[in-house]
Amino acid sequence: MIAVPDRNVSGEIFVQSGSRWRIRANLLWAGLTNNWNLFRTNRIGIIGLSIIMCFGLLALIHPVLISGLGWYSAAGLFLLCWPVVAWSVFPILGRHRHDRKVSLPVTIGLSGAVVAAIGIWLGGAWDVGTYHPVVGNEANPPTQVRTVVNEVTAPATQMSLREALLYPNPDGTPLLPGDVVEVREQPTGPYGRHWLGTDPLGRDILSQLMKGAQGAFLLGMVAAVVTVLFATAVGSVAAYLGGWVDAFFMRLADLLLMLPGLAIFIVMSSVFRFELWHLAILIGLLSGFGGVAIVLKSQALAVKVKPFIEAARVAGGSTTRVIAVHVVPNVMPLSLLYMMFTVTAAIQTEAILSFLGLLNIDMSWGLMIELARNQGYFLTGMRFWWLVFPAGLCVSLLAAAFFLVGRAMDEVINPRLRQR
Amino acid sequence: MLGYIARRTAQMAVLFLVFLTLTFLLLTALPGDTVKQRFATNPNIPPEAAQLAIERLGLDKPLWEQYTSYMWNFFRGDFGFSFIQYPRPVSDIILERLPRTLVLFLTVVVSYYILGFVAGKFIAWRRGRRGEHALTIGSVFLYTVFYPWFALMLIWFFAFYADVVPINKFLDPQEWVDAPFSSNHVFMVIFAFILIGGGAALAFWILSRRIRDPVRRRRIVWMGLALLGIGAVWFWYGSTFGSARRLYAGDIAHHMILPVATITLISFAGIMLLTRSSMLETMREDFILTARAKGLSEKIVRDRHAARTALLPVTTSLVIAVATVIDGGIITETVYSWPGMGELLFTSVVEQDLNLAIAAFSFVGVMAMVGHLVVDILYMFLDPRIRVAGE
Repeated sequence: MIAVPDRNVSGEIFVQSGSRWRIRANLLWAGLTNNWNLFRTNRIGIIGLSIIMCFGLLALIHPVLISGLGWYSAAGLFLLCWPVVAWSVFPILGRHRHDRKVSLPVTIGLSGAVVAAIGIWLGGAWDVGTYHPVVGNEANPPTQVRTVVNEVTAPATQMSLREALLYPNPDGTPLLPGDVVEVREQPTGPYGRHWLGTDPLGRDILSQLMKGAQGAFLLGMVAAVVTVLFATAVGSVAAYLGGWVDAFFMRLADLLLMLPGLAIFIVMSSVFRFELWHLAILIGLLSGFGGVAIVLKSQALAVKVKPFIEAARVAGGSTTRVIAVHVVPNVMPLSLLYMMFTVTAAIQTEAILSFLGLLNIDMSWGLMIELARNQGYFLTGMRFWWLVFPAGLCVSLLAAAFFLVGRAMDEVINPRLRQR
Repeated sequence: MLGYIARRTAQMAVLFLVFLTLTFLLLTALPGDTVKQRFATNPNIPPEAAQLAIERLGLDKPLWEQYTSYMWNFFRGDFGFSFIQYPRPVSDIILERLPRTLVLFLTVVVSYYILGFVAGKFIAWRRGRRGEHALTIGSVFLYTVFYPWFALMLIWFFAFYADVVPINKFLDPQEWVDAPFSSNHVFMVIFAFILIGGGAALAFWILSRRIRDPVRRRRIVWMGLALLGIGAVWFWYGSTFGSARRLYAGDIAHHMILPVATITLISFAGIMLLTRSSMLETMREDFILTARAKGLSEKIVRDRHAARTALLPVTTSLVIAVATVIDGGIITETVYSWPGMGELLFTSVVEQDLNLAIAAFSFVGVMAMVGHLVVDILYMFLDPRIRVAGE
């Protein structure tokens, strides 16, 4: 039984006792709470986090809408709802923020209820044939009443003579200016059944956005995890061992940092058929062995000269153990920070590559923009805004959100940057 | 100092060899590559012809022999023939495309670096005042915006809605129907004009730094700029050589505005954010306080004391930014159909033109490495510590 005094944010000292793992878990929890309290004061970081959560909701609710509440979407939704519910329940029900006795079961129960309500309310609300993001199709678009005119001033209610040739009279004669046509066209604007309208093939834009969000999250997370794994390993090992290992990995990092990544991906796509997860792992490897490794190595160098490393070595710790137990945990915060920036880069790279048509995937935000561009909807300006804006804004917003969270975390981790 | 430059150049040469080897291994040595698919294992080709193709392309030789002949041919400037534009050698196509990208690249690097640094300097100096938040949010938006989408929106707004610039491509065919010059010739003239003008301006700026008296220096700088301007006007309007090409050069320049503006806008945000944080750190140092206490004017403290020190980390980031600008160039060229190296790389990859793709990729790599070398040398001039250590 060991007792470790610790100090939490409010300044009170509490003594913990129990097994070593319990103490470690408590220390971890205390550190997390502390950092969260620092992070919370940064308004921009909170904005970024809420944008990310909104996109997470979009991504998680899509399978619920299509096929009902499965266990994975239930678990995901619960993880998403819990912090939000807890955040709103604490001020309302609990008098003290750390009053777990009251709030933990309540928050878990409440968020479970919210998830169940979402499942009952929205489960299977979308018919697969209509709302599937790739093969769905709206069979009955609303009719639009449009007048044939010589000079089109309002395209939504008017039609040019040239376009009217597509809708001749029953006897085959062309329409004349002043005639009224009822048309059912496919890119329809937002209405009751499709909140963000449909694309030229009659697919629901909102459903496509949700599918794109799933891909973006998957890609970003995998890329970030791969980056952090390799960058931490390479950085710690290179800094701790030095010598030729260091030289080799640093020159490799130089080379990767110097080369334009997009060019590499474009050339590689001529050889491989890229799936989403291939791309995620490749992005992770490129940044994990590249720029991030250099930063983490410099951090590990600063850790290496600390007395506790010396102490661990004197106490007989092997190289592997010293690196794994003493160096890596001290490099971890910085690598978590770069995880956020990797997600930004990964989302943008994926969107650009799928915009260029080099990825072997069926739906993503980049593809939606590529479709709108290929079919010429970009130069119509505001008229088909639902084809032009949502996808582009989604990529930009999600990338910006991760970037903002990264900046806020930077201020938590680097005390020099904090505003005094 | 020369030793440092020589060492960096040698390092770059070695890195380039490694890069070329990796490219070779990636594209040629992997199973199922394009050449084999196209000639050797294509069921539409009779076996004798396939055998002939394999022998002529040297695919039956061992890997190291293929590698040595590849390297030897590469450094002789022989990149083979393009598959798509068949009888044309790849080196010919590259020579035609390279200046177009270089012009874009040079203009962008210079303009975004200066713009980003000046803007970052100002918003750091005015921290907490009005406009700072808007600028920061704007630059974060530019830094993370989805690039092709942003470029398309710019096309829509400036080329379609406001109709002030052409939509894409790099010249207007109607104006060039009976042109006495080839577009490449005019382009090289523009390239030389930018290089000479920029070089003169740079030399002049470095020389003017030596004048101590601020009033005199300002006067001389203005006079020099005016002289440069007069020289430029004389070249395009006065001389017979320039005025004959003015119309065509103007057409190309008109097409260049939007791509250059796009890459500049996208890339300058990163530099600006970095300058801002670097300035904020510098402004806390004691020597800034001393300079203010001495009674120096705010402008001199900002430009001479804070900005000079803050410039170093920003220049370091330029090393990374070179790759970013090249990436941006690829997207911009593709979106604006600007027929440069980036567009060449993309189309050759899409059309599976392997020789062209390898050559284009290597030249993009060369561009990146030369850019790094230049940044390194620039950094050496800025940071006395490296200069001293190098000697």
